[in-house]
Amino acid sequence: MSALIEIEGVTKRFGAIVAVDDVTLNIAEGEFFALLGPSGCGKTTLLRLLAGFETPNVGRIRIDGRDQTRVPPHRRPVNMVFQSYALFPHLSVRGNVEYGLKVAGVPPAERRRRVDEVLALVQLEGLADRMPDQLSGGQRQRVALARALVKRPRVVLLDEPLSALDAKLREELRFELSRLQHHLGLTFVMVTHDQDEALALATRCAVMHRGALVQVGTPAELYEFPASRLVAEFIGAVNLFEGRVITDAPDHAVIDLPGEGIRAWLDHGTGLPGVPRLWLAVRPEKMELHKRAGGRPAPRMEGTPPGHNVLAGTIREIAYLGSESVFDVELETGRRVRVIRPNLTHWDQEDFGRDEPVWLGWHAEAAVVLAR
Amino acid sequence: MRGRTDWRREAGPFLALIGLPLAWFLLLILVPLGAVWALSFAINTGVASIEVTGTLANYARTLEPTYLGILLKSLALAGLATLVSLGLGFPVALAIAFAPPPWRTPLLVAVTLPFWTNLLIRTYALMAVLRDEGLVNRVVAALAPDLAPLPLLYHDVAVVVGLVYVHLPFMVLPIFAALDRMDRSLIEASLDLGAGPLATIRHVVLPLAGPGIRAGVLLTFVPALGSYLVPDLLGGPGSQMIANVIERQFRRADDWPFGAALAFVLVYLTLLALALLAPRRPAARA
Amino acid sequence: MRGDPLDYGRCWPLRLLLAATLAFLYLPLVVLVAFSFNAGRRVTVWRGFSLEWYERLVRNPELLAALGNSLVVASFATLLSLLLGTLAALALWRFRFPGRIGLERGLALPILVPEICLGVAFLVFFARVVPWPTGLPWPLSLGAIVLAHTSFLFPFVAILVRARLESFNPELEEAARDLGAGTWRALQDVVLPHLKPALLASALLAFTLSLDDFVITFFTAGPDTVTFPVKVYAMVRFSVTPEVNAVSTLLLALTALLAWVGVRLQARLGGRPS
Repeated sequence: MSALIEIEGVTKRFGAIVAVDDVTLNIAEGEFFALLGPSGCGKTTLLRLLAGFETPNVGRIRIDGRDQTRVPPHRRPVNMVFQSYALFPHLSVRGNVEYGLKVAGVPPAERRRRVDEVLALVQLEGLADRMPDQLSGGQRQRVALARALVKRPRVVLLDEPLSALDAKLREELRFELSRLQHHLGLTFVMVTHDQDEALALATRCAVMHRGALVQVGTPAELYEFPASRLVAEFIGAVNLFEGRVITDAPDHAVIDLPGEGIRAWLDHGTGLPGVPRLWLAVRPEKMELHKRAGGRPAPRMEGTPPGHNVLAGTIREIAYLGSESVFDVELETGRRVRVIRPNLTHWDQEDFGRDEPVWLGWHAEAAVVLAR
Repeated sequence: MRGRTDWRREAGPFLALIGLPLAWFLLLILVPLGAVWALSFAINTGVASIEVTGTLANYARTLEPTYLGILLKSLALAGLATLVSLGLGFPVALAIAFAPPPWRTPLLVAVTLPFWTNLLIRTYALMAVLRDEGLVNRVVAALAPDLAPLPLLYHDVAVVVGLVYVHLPFMVLPIFAALDRMDRSLIEASLDLGAGPLATIRHVVLPLAGPGIRAGVLLTFVPALGSYLVPDLLGGPGSQMIANVIERQFRRADDWPFGAALAFVLVYLTLLALALLAPRRPAARA
Repeated sequence: MRGDPLDYGRCWPLRLLLAATLAFLYLPLVVLVAFSFNAGRRVTVWRGFSLEWYERLVRNPELLAALGNSLVVASFATLLSLLLGTLAALALWRFRFPGRIGLERGLALPILVPEICLGVAFLVFFARVVPWPTGLPWPLSLGAIVLAHTSFLFPFVAILVRARLESFNPELEEAARDLGAGTWRALQDVVLPHLKPALLASALLAFTLSLDDFVITFFTAGPDTVTFPVKVYAMVRFSVTPEVNAVSTLLLALTALLAWVGVRLQARLGGRPS
């Protein structure tokens, strides 16, 4: 993969605030790349740097091998879908979509053809003469997309593209975006604070925090192998246990969890030699619940020696969500752990009740160790 | 993050936009006002020659009893007119704000419309009604034939009536705007908590309309203080205001330096009123 | 206890006061208009309907010239102040530059400073600083008045346009730039259409204020450049006559016409909220 977008050591300051802090990142042709992070993490500034609305204080931005660092927005081969859609209120749908071609001096006949083409692509045929205020939210979103696509840019930038829509429409348009990107083979860079959106759409994500890139990887990498507590907690829910390394071999590791009074067994080495203090992270859906009432012994977890990876607790709250149930379990130390259990049959949700004593456990290959 | 562009980034467009208005502002607003300011520190040295000496004598003269009296009288007349306008304007704004919705806009337009008509004509119209042979006195004569015509013109009361007549829309509009913005459920809450309609006005409506009242008072008092036409046409020889004295210095007495000093005393009074009454802006935007 | 809490509007003393206020505001104007059609010389006793005073007006060349002067001054001053005010508003809105706050406050001066002070300022300016040549051919002779009017009008335009710009979504301009428009093109294609209602309101306000202005014009006008209000003032000072009533009625009608056109146009623009 050769990089289409090369961001090299870019820093952007607004007064004393460092919005983007020494970011280096390559994005390849055809990727659907998501910049993910809480609001104020600098992801939008990074997108605006790509669009040309901001100029970096330090660093360079290249697109297609050409330096774009100081090129004004109207001369860059990128087009943007704005968060508010920014549809021109005084122009019709056609007028909006056509605008970029008009400014570029494309002759009317060709303009017409290309606008019709792209409107068909986003399924807005027949609405070309409507004004923006006569459209629904989802239709406006499609117009904004069509307007950005019609110029056939090298990169399409999307600023929180689905945030203004309600949940149902959002899901629908998510598939639509994915289909379009795949169909056109274009490079999309999207900013979002919604981890579900990033995981669902992106081929690769970068998690940002305080202006810096914290981790870059595929959605699965970020979810299954977060590099830090920050990423683990930002993407999905996670149970964290503080511990220290007892054994660290290439094929297994043993971690002492003094807070819980047990040991955890991993099916791989920590890869963190010489780190005295670390955290064990277990996702709620990777935790199992077992009956404990009546003095039932602790179960042996898959891939572990007896007595490892098992904790005693009591269920305090249950949230039944239909497809799954979320359990809030209180450990003997008083701390709370979250467990998600899929409801595979009609009756699974009746398996456990409130205030029921349970064993909690996880497999040898379910946990991740984090140094930070 | 998005803010104004630094002008150096787009110096060409910036200069093209700012050039003309800035030049106009400097040459045709600041220079004329500055010239009057300079004149206020000058003395007449001959029939048509004036020398700027930096003297404060002109300002000292504005404090002489005759002129000080006129200054104080102007403040009193404008203040009284403002009070009457407030007393009239607040209930009127309240009545409009709580009128049935289809009536609201027409009523508001009705109150505002006079603002768009010529000030001179409005003053003249009032004058025609209040004259000895005017409509009011004819009605009085019809009711009480033995009574001499009421002297309704050419004294201080006529000036106050005229100032109220001319400036009332400025009082009603901002108060209406404030009342209109107010959340109606606050009134319901107050009534729900046991306050009667009058207590609700006093404790809920008045405080919330505060900014609107302030704006109304400012918009009425400042132009009233500088009024020229109303005291000129409706007032008697004893009810002149500062503006009339300034006009006399420039056009008849030909004492420009003194007139300039009076003009700037009026400017200072205006700015003082502004500083005292101007709405406090929330912290400056980035 | 009252039933409907929002009943302040239905409370009779309030309604009475509202009615009385409206009567106070309109009665003098109604009387003025009515007596402009009076057959008699007196403006208080009704002697029957007549257009006599209007006929006299039409035959009064001085008054017609003054009306012509006023319309010319208002037109030029409106055009100039629209241009200057819009440019100033755009610059203040778009750019950060040293002295920005100062300029913004300075532009409020002509609005805040009493008219009489502006009037003497232009008197001094055109008499001493930049003596305005006398004896220029019409309409150049009106130049001084146009300049003075523009100075006090364009800040109003700047304020209205600036207020409108506050509601402009900056993403729209960015969208235009992103789609290939340069700074000017984006201003023209996206910002100006947004400003239309404010420009219309500004033009209306500027024209009306210019037409209305007496005090500033009073100090700037020469014997050959009398405007309508200055002429009417001379007539009013001299006497209350039905002729003045007729003139005033004409001006009221003109103002009403302007307001009506403005409201219609505004409604047409307003049909498309942004």
